[in-house]
Amino acid sequence: MKRLQMFAVICACVFLAGPVFAADTIKLGVAGAHSGDLASYGLPTLNAAKLVVNDYNAKGGVLGKKVEILAEDDVCKPEVAANVASKLVSEKANVVLGHICSGATKAALNVYKDAKVLTISPSATNVDLTKSGDYPNFFRTISPDDAQARLQVDFAINKLRVKRVAIIHDKGDYGKGLAEFAKGFFEQKGFVPVLFEGITPGAVDYTAIVQKVKFSGADAVLYGGYHPEAAKIVSGMKKKKMKTFFISDDGVRDDTFIKVAGKYAEGVYATGPIDTTKFPMAIAAIEQHKKAYGSEPGAFYLNAYAATICLLEAMNKAGSTDFAAVSKALRTNWFETPLGKISFDERGDAKGIGFAMYQVKNGKYVEVGK
Amino acid sequence: MEYFLELFFGGLTRGSIYALIALGYTMVYGIIELINFAHGEIYMIASFTALIVSSLLALQGMTGPAVLLLTAAAAIIFAAAHGFTVEKVAYKPLRQAPRLSPLISAIGMSIFLQNYVMLAQTSDFLPFPNLLPDLPFVAEYLPFLGATEFFIIVTTALVMVGLTLLIKFTRMGKAMRATAQDRNMAMLVGVDINRTISNTFIIGSALAAVGGVLIASHIGRINFYIGFIAGIKAFTAAVLGGIGSIPGAVLGALVLGWTESFATGYVSSDYEDVFAFVLLVLILIVRPSGLLGRPAVQKV
Repeated sequence: MKRLQMFAVICACVFLAGPVFAADTIKLGVAGAHSGDLASYGLPTLNAAKLVVNDYNAKGGVLGKKVEILAEDDVCKPEVAANVASKLVSEKANVVLGHICSGATKAALNVYKDAKVLTISPSATNVDLTKSGDYPNFFRTISPDDAQARLQVDFAINKLRVKRVAIIHDKGDYGKGLAEFAKGFFEQKGFVPVLFEGITPGAVDYTAIVQKVKFSGADAVLYGGYHPEAAKIVSGMKKKKMKTFFISDDGVRDDTFIKVAGKYAEGVYATGPIDTTKFPMAIAAIEQHKKAYGSEPGAFYLNAYAATICLLEAMNKAGSTDFAAVSKALRTNWFETPLGKISFDERGDAKGIGFAMYQVKNGKYVEVGK
Repeated sequence: MEYFLELFFGGLTRGSIYALIALGYTMVYGIIELINFAHGEIYMIASFTALIVSSLLALQGMTGPAVLLLTAAAAIIFAAAHGFTVEKVAYKPLRQAPRLSPLISAIGMSIFLQNYVMLAQTSDFLPFPNLLPDLPFVAEYLPFLGATEFFIIVTTALVMVGLTLLIKFTRMGKAMRATAQDRNMAMLVGVDINRTISNTFIIGSALAAVGGVLIASHIGRINFYIGFIAGIKAFTAAVLGGIGSIPGAVLGALVLGWTESFATGYVSSDYEDVFAFVLLVLILIVRPSGLLGRPAVQKV
């Protein structure tokens, strides 16, 4: 059995490797974890790329040439990712869809940068990949880790006219991480938070911290954490008849929060992922996957689907595979994707995806801004 | 000044709740020298009973103070029954065993009760209705104090007075004090030891039930895990005040409540627990048997 599998793999390699030497195709590298523990993060991306490429090839390809996929497995390890990147560069990949994990992506990007190969990752969320400005060749169709904090801060300052903010978090990785990003953004805009504190999750009550917020004279509380503590703090504030805004994250944008906090939940703001399940293109893409592979698509499938469309469409719009022209096309055009209409900003983060601000109105979360 | 008062009364409220639970620890320890780790779970079960009963009453269309009284009564009875049963099942068979055995049995009971509620009910947080009356005069005369806080402090104070009278002046109280002093001697003069120990568990559980109803109404949400955290804090309060001493448990609970409240208010909530436990260590270094505890005399 083992030997048979091995034979099959070798055959597959030979067949996959065959067309590499055929001339005149657009080469789309697809790199990510295709085996190992994290394969479930990488394989949906490969499936998405195959489906999109088949669609384009059926319509005549890109720039009059067929698109072919060069799939490479980096098993989400940085050292493997750098090798894989060198291999794709030597095989003259025009653009690369990948990588999947942030660490592997970072390692590979240095190689692509020197070779001027443009990449779009469907899943690498590490903030520094775009924020550092080190990788002009990097784009992504997923929100970076600090996207929620940025949205919260922009919303608080521009829409709610908040001047004095109290930032509270639950000391956990998720809550504290968000709170620290938010603090950074507020300070960038010239507002110093009046309070920045962690609370103990599960404590008997939070009266003291509520009193502290009241005393600090904050216009808004920004809370990083999950709904049980948020519900207690919100109820405490409302019982003290405080008019302070309460803004939180997708750990709170959950119907359980409304159920538990009851009438006190009214008016609470929380960021949460944009709902893509009703977009026609997303529904179609998922159907396509079910038809082709007989299963539900996995993680980052829609992000990868969108990324592939952006890559191919940008080359069409640029009229060439030249790095400068394609990256300009990505930044200046809007693309129709299963994630909605998206474009890219200077740093390479996608515009129009990710998170939206919701508010509790009549016992339901309603979208109030992006 | 207003800020100080708010923190003072916030701490007093929190301390009152700790005190109601801490009494159960300290009374049981005073009588059978057992740390009843399942006591926090009794508090949690009382909250769940209160939620169920108050929801049923609300379905019947009842409102007002009657709901609070009936709910509290049901919670007290149910919690007392649980306390009684826990003692009979988990501790009484081990009364002659080495001291570590009932301790482990207590931890086992705590885990059992938590999981039992989690499986029988839910692991999610559940909303708890505010049963406490909204007293308008509180807002008028004591602006820094919420009506529920006021209600909690007053109720706790009344319960404490009641408990003191019970222990000082009734036959049952005298039997409890005698058993605490010397179990064998009490038995020889005709005190029914088993009954007295059961009574202690029943009273301790009833107090925890009062605490459960009050805090659940105040906070507005419960889950199966609330007993563990409240239990740890109340146990700390009992040790702080001198475990085995009833006034000590109350004093320890108030000191703990104030420390937490002021630490959050004037320093940072990041260090709330740090301050509470640093205080515990310091007090135990200076007074190893707690604030009001008597040094244990080895009985010969």
